[in-house]
Amino acid sequence: MKYLIIILSTILVNNVIFSQFLGICPFLGTSKKTSTALGMGAAVIFVLTLATLVTWLVNQYILIPLGLDKFLQTIAFILIIAALVQMVEIILKKISPSLYTALGVFLPLITTNCAVLGVSLTVVTKEFNYGGVAHMLSLGESVVYAVGIALGFALALVLFAGIREHVDLMEAPKGMKGTPIALIIAGILAMAFMGFTGVV
Amino acid sequence: MAKKPSTLINMVVALLVITAVSGGLLGLVYGMTKDTIAEVDLKKNQAAIEAVLKTDTPIDRIEETVVDDLTYNLAYDAQGNLLGAAVKTYSNAGFSGRIELMVGLLVDGTINAVSVLSQSETPGLGANMVNPKFKDQFNGKNPASFRLSVKKDGGDVDAITAATISSRAFTGAVKMACDSFEANKSKFMKGGQQ
Amino acid sequence: MSNNLQTFTKGLVKENPILVLLLGCCPTLATTTSAINGMSMGLATTFVLIMSNLVISLLKGFIPDKVRIPCFIVVIASFVTIVQLVMQAYVPDIYETLGLFIPLIVVNCIVLGRAEAFASKNPVFPSILDGAGMGLGFTFALTILGCIRELLGSGSMFGFRILPETANILLFILPPGAFICLGFLIAIVNQFKKENH
Repeated sequence: MKYLIIILSTILVNNVIFSQFLGICPFLGTSKKTSTALGMGAAVIFVLTLATLVTWLVNQYILIPLGLDKFLQTIAFILIIAALVQMVEIILKKISPSLYTALGVFLPLITTNCAVLGVSLTVVTKEFNYGGVAHMLSLGESVVYAVGIALGFALALVLFAGIREHVDLMEAPKGMKGTPIALIIAGILAMAFMGFTGVV
Repeated sequence: MAKKPSTLINMVVALLVITAVSGGLLGLVYGMTKDTIAEVDLKKNQAAIEAVLKTDTPIDRIEETVVDDLTYNLAYDAQGNLLGAAVKTYSNAGFSGRIELMVGLLVDGTINAVSVLSQSETPGLGANMVNPKFKDQFNGKNPASFRLSVKKDGGDVDAITAATISSRAFTGAVKMACDSFEANKSKFMKGGQQ
Repeated sequence: MSNNLQTFTKGLVKENPILVLLLGCCPTLATTTSAINGMSMGLATTFVLIMSNLVISLLKGFIPDKVRIPCFIVVIASFVTIVQLVMQAYVPDIYETLGLFIPLIVVNCIVLGRAEAFASKNPVFPSILDGAGMGLGFTFALTILGCIRELLGSGSMFGFRILPETANILLFILPPGAFICLGFLIAIVNQFKKENH
């Protein structure tokens, strides 16, 4: 039940794109086609979950005991994420070439996807309120939180790509073509997602 | 200067040197700003305590104590009588993140004033809790006669337009302070006579 | 000299990172709920841009090609943390409002983009100018967007009330308003660009 609430609230209520504004660059960049959007979505789910798992452990068992979490957190996390992405790329190439051809091009882009760094920085400071008791997120909750965020990202991306494919065929005013009209569609989608406010 | 070739040694040396220098530099900056950061927090706390405990009676001394997980700042007059308390209370039920309030209570349980210590609610909506229009409606109200929940839930609190969640969280935090103060009041009075 | 001037001004208008190149959208949308927030975010980013461009340009001979990206990231992350600590100490209110988006300057594509595209190939002085130009262009776009959203959403500008409270269109402060405002702003820029040709 607890995990279900985290998942629902991260996918729908606090959607990473539409209410937290993280990962907008890949959201606009890889949403021209549904197939690309699916690939990027899958890659983000994979990396975000893994990155949150590793950064949580590093923060808890290395940075905090050494008293470094106040000023080395950002630098440590971004290096872990960059290294992790590289490693995933190499391993994937070796053990599953088919998966690599599907996700490969998106992996390098993920290092600078601010959703990854954003989420790993959030989960180590976030307090979670369940049954009236607030506590810091445990490892399990952090990972579920990350999965939820990534699913929310993938959902937003695929929805948006589906709409954009149709809009590209329409006649738009001259200056509106391309990105501006896409941003306005994103605005309307964000309004739709606001309807979930208060559900969880 | 020509680019260094990418040999293993060059790469390791470059990375190590850069990381070590940045790490050292950051430690230095952290050391320099640490005290100021702590001081800012302390000052903010102090200002909030003074603001919510402001009455006509002069305060002689303030004592800090922790009860029920809440920090109390108890105010006594020159004779050692309890005047009231500034209670640091919180809620995690806000729309985005923790809300921290300082609630000033008089000895009979009346709310003197409320001050917002930190919140990260949506600007223009929940963040309007810092406006006097919302937070000052609690001033001079006694929880015995003023029901501490929003009107939607059958209470007496006017919620911020379109921000019921934030209003509810705010009211809940105030209520927690009031209830805890009522339950522990007698203990504080004795403490003051020593 | 005219060359240096061009290095500086291209970021302001012709290659404005947000309105033309569409880089660094996350902080643009998230922190522009008011003019002052947008401007603070812009200035924080400008500082990081100038300093990281300066240092990377100085170090470009020392860093082997294959590890340049990790090295750049470390340099950038250090300056971001410095900004974070200094803001926390001296402007705590703004620090609290901008919250997570201060550490996220690390992954702002503009900063790494300029390090890779300009500072790693050019001498120190032009690199500083490039960083300043790009940073101020970013600040300019953020401030404009902040002004529009604050005026429509809260009826004020830089905190001064201009319109009565009843005229507030709340939507513009909320997430959808951010997307829509930026969309129209870019559309206007596009329109001008096309007419100039």
